Amino acid sequence: MMGREPQDDVIVVDDLVREFGDFTAVDHMSFRVHEGEVFGLLGPNGAGKSTTIRMLCTLLRPTGGHARIAGYDVVRQASQVRQHIGLVAEKLILYDRLTARENLRLFGKLNHLPEQVIDERADYWLDRLQMTRWQDHLAGTFSTGMKQRINIARALLNMPRVLFLDEPTLGLDPQTTRSIREFIMELHKQGMTIILTTHMMAEAEMLCDRVGIVDHGKMVALDTPGGLKRLVSDNGRLVLELEISNLSESMVRDLQALPEVASIDHESATSLRLHAQPGEGGSTEVLSRVIAAIHADGGRILRLSTVEPTLEDVFLKLTGRAMRDEASEKVAPRRGHWRRAATRVR
Amino acid sequence: MSEVLGASKGRELAASGLEDRRHGGGRQAVADAWVIAWKDILDFTRDRMRLISFVIMPIFMMVMTGYIFPNQNSLQNMPLAVVNQDQGPLSRMIVDALNKMTLPAGGGQARQGMAALGEAGPGKTASRSRSGNPVFRIQPAGSLAEAKELIKSGQANGAVFIPRDFTRQVGQGKQPHLVVVTDQANLQISSMLSSVLDQFLGAMATQVGAQKVAPLLAARETAPGPRASAGASGDGGSAGAVPGEGLLQMMAGAMQQAYGGLGAGGLQRARATVQPFVVRIEGIVPGPPNYFQFMAPGIMAMVVVMAVMMGLAGAISREREIGTLDGILIAPINRLSIIIGKTISQSLRGLVQGAVVLILAILLFHVKVYGSIAWVAGLLLLGIFSFVGLGILISAFATEQETAMTILMTLQFPMMFLSGAFFPVQQMPTFMQGLSKLVPLTYAIDGLRKVIILGAGWSAIQTEVLVLTGFGLAMLLVAIPAFNRVITR
Ligand SMILES: Nc1ncnc2c1ncn2[C@@H]1O[C@H](COP(=O)(O)OP(=O)(O)OP(=O)(O)O)[C@@H](O)[C@H]1O
Ligand SMILES: [Mg+2]
Repeated sequence: MMGREPQDDVIVVDDLVREFGDFTAVDHMSFRVHEGEVFGLLGPNGAGKSTTIRMLCTLLRPTGGHARIAGYDVVRQASQVRQHIGLVAEKLILYDRLTARENLRLFGKLNHLPEQVIDERADYWLDRLQMTRWQDHLAGTFSTGMKQRINIARALLNMPRVLFLDEPTLGLDPQTTRSIREFIMELHKQGMTIILTTHMMAEAEMLCDRVGIVDHGKMVALDTPGGLKRLVSDNGRLVLELEISNLSESMVRDLQALPEVASIDHESATSLRLHAQPGEGGSTEVLSRVIAAIHADGGRILRLSTVEPTLEDVFLKLTGRAMRDEASEKVAPRRGHWRRAATRVR
Repeated sequence: MSEVLGASKGRELAASGLEDRRHGGGRQAVADAWVIAWKDILDFTRDRMRLISFVIMPIFMMVMTGYIFPNQNSLQNMPLAVVNQDQGPLSRMIVDALNKMTLPAGGGQARQGMAALGEAGPGKTASRSRSGNPVFRIQPAGSLAEAKELIKSGQANGAVFIPRDFTRQVGQGKQPHLVVVTDQANLQISSMLSSVLDQFLGAMATQVGAQKVAPLLAARETAPGPRASAGASGDGGSAGAVPGEGLLQMMAGAMQQAYGGLGAGGLQRARATVQPFVVRIEGIVPGPPNYFQFMAPGIMAMVVVMAVMMGLAGAISREREIGTLDGILIAPINRLSIIIGKTISQSLRGLVQGAVVLILAILLFHVKVYGSIAWVAGLLLLGIFSFVGLGILISAFATEQETAMTILMTLQFPMMFLSGAFFPVQQMPTFMQGLSKLVPLTYAIDGLRKVIILGAGWSAIQTEVLVLTGFGLAMLLVAIPAFNRVITR
């Protein structure tokens, strides 16, 4: 994946800026996406993910910088760009009073596909998304999950070189979320280039080859999920979770006394979280010392696990803020500058 | 690309699509516009509520305007206070004639005749049943103050006050004042009342004037008859009259024919002289058919233009709000196709709505289209065209449907009145007349009136057609670039 030639990059974003009045939603962002890659934009609400996507989809004019999709400039060659992209936006692009198939036919025609081709492709995608039996029902009668499937089929109808997915699993139940994610993985296997935004760490970790972490309109880190995690763990920190049935104060004190142990969080009466800084012996050394210390105090270990750093930890480390707290209060996207100050969640 | 689908089926599909990625060209733009229009219409026909209100709205509009404005029913049994302080025959005759004024019973085409003044003789009440419903219900009152009280309390819609010595003063050529009191709180009724009374009294004066001739004719045929009976019947005022001079003589003639003891032959002749002066209300008092003939084109143009503007601005800002516009905007189509497509679908809706109005007007209100239906449709389309730009402009700047609707409502109200849809522009103050010339709807309505009421063709509506086209083009020249700029801010 790494070290490719620049001409392989389907998406080239160069110093992209978008301002709304005196507010900068996207702040000098640069990145490249290779052909066949699933690229994640991860960030809390209001980070500027959607704004970036909308600029790449020619729906929003950048106030600075450049972007190219499949070699075409998103501003000067917008109509060529449009031929190569598919978009699953934050809001459903679907007409409630048209049936699933009518919706597909409409957008197929707007993409200048012959009717026969539209029908073949519609059949194909409806089948793959398990929506064939619902094709003649009005989209308005569908559940959110069903709507999203048709919405995805619509975006794929013109066989785009680049598929943009802006929070594709937002508001879906766990089961639908899983099947949509599996579908994205299938598309990935078949070589489609996908840009995906999410504020869910797990999703980015599961689906993306590379992840750009976006905060306040800036890309604060860009690497593979593993690489990003190493940002945290390579620092040498080791996190252990322990469950001890007869956990006592003296046991905690003894653990604390170990030279490698940095801090201990009491999680409950029987469990604790231990942060350690391995010495020359590495993590193995730390593990055996910890276990020995507990045994010396007659402790019975029910569970011991090393805690892998997540992207969440990465975000915390990079921005100094936890991401989950902010992501929990999702606000409706607002336009109009006068309400901006009141509704922006940062 | 083919590896995307993996399966050979997919490879085929992908290959077959590559050919068709080209876009642009006028024909393609029109085809795209039709796709959007088709979508809009399909979408619209599936919304039962909108479909219902789409038909109900013009019906409502028509029926409301048809019935809130004065019509024949309000011309029946209007309570009228009459204060007659004069004891002369002239005043009695006026009161009597007011009493007997009737309208034909059947609605239908206006054949409203007013009972002939000449028939206003005692013992001729049979004529009332023949002609239909009385216009006035006379409420005798003792004084002007009392009459005004009656109006205030709602027991009378107006009053006629005949001062003391009215007959005598007329006889002396002194032009006494006959006072008509109207109720300012009830403008419609009072304007109707004063117009009826105006006509009636005017006709009376004409008739009295015409009587000049009658005695002369009568004198030739039946020797001194009239003159002799003038002395006999003329009590009070007419007693001191100088024969052959001025009004008195005319009065005498009138009196004689109304009350005089002429023989059957004489009465017949008298009728003949009076008959040419029968007063008819037809065409002057606003009866429903005529009034509607005037109203229908205005309502039609307004309903259609408003529906299209609302539809256009509403549809675009709605699609923007719910997000589907993005789907259209990322399709490789010309932005103009979006505007044209939306305009086509809205115009079709507008035309159907216009047809509903016209059919209702014809069936319910007996409106007759004298000109060609093609011109009616053409002018409606031009009216729509003249507003398309404005609709697009609004939708481009209003990011939410609600905003668009608020702007439209604000525009709609003054336009309704400035365009002369309800009230003739000619009745407005000069300043307002000038303003109304800035509203394209005015021209659409003017043109439609000419075609529908006057049966006008191309030569008579050239100006309107040109102005509407000009307005439309100018608006689009502003709106299209603005739309293109604003829509992808
Ligand atoms: N049209 C607009 N006018 C003014 N401000 C805007 C506009 N669009 C977006 N913004 C602001 O730009 C910032 C970035 O918004 P954006 O939608 O890109 O965030 P996001 O990362 O997609 O967040 P979310 O998770 O909520 O979708 C927000 O603070 C938003 O209020
Ligand atoms: Mg977003």
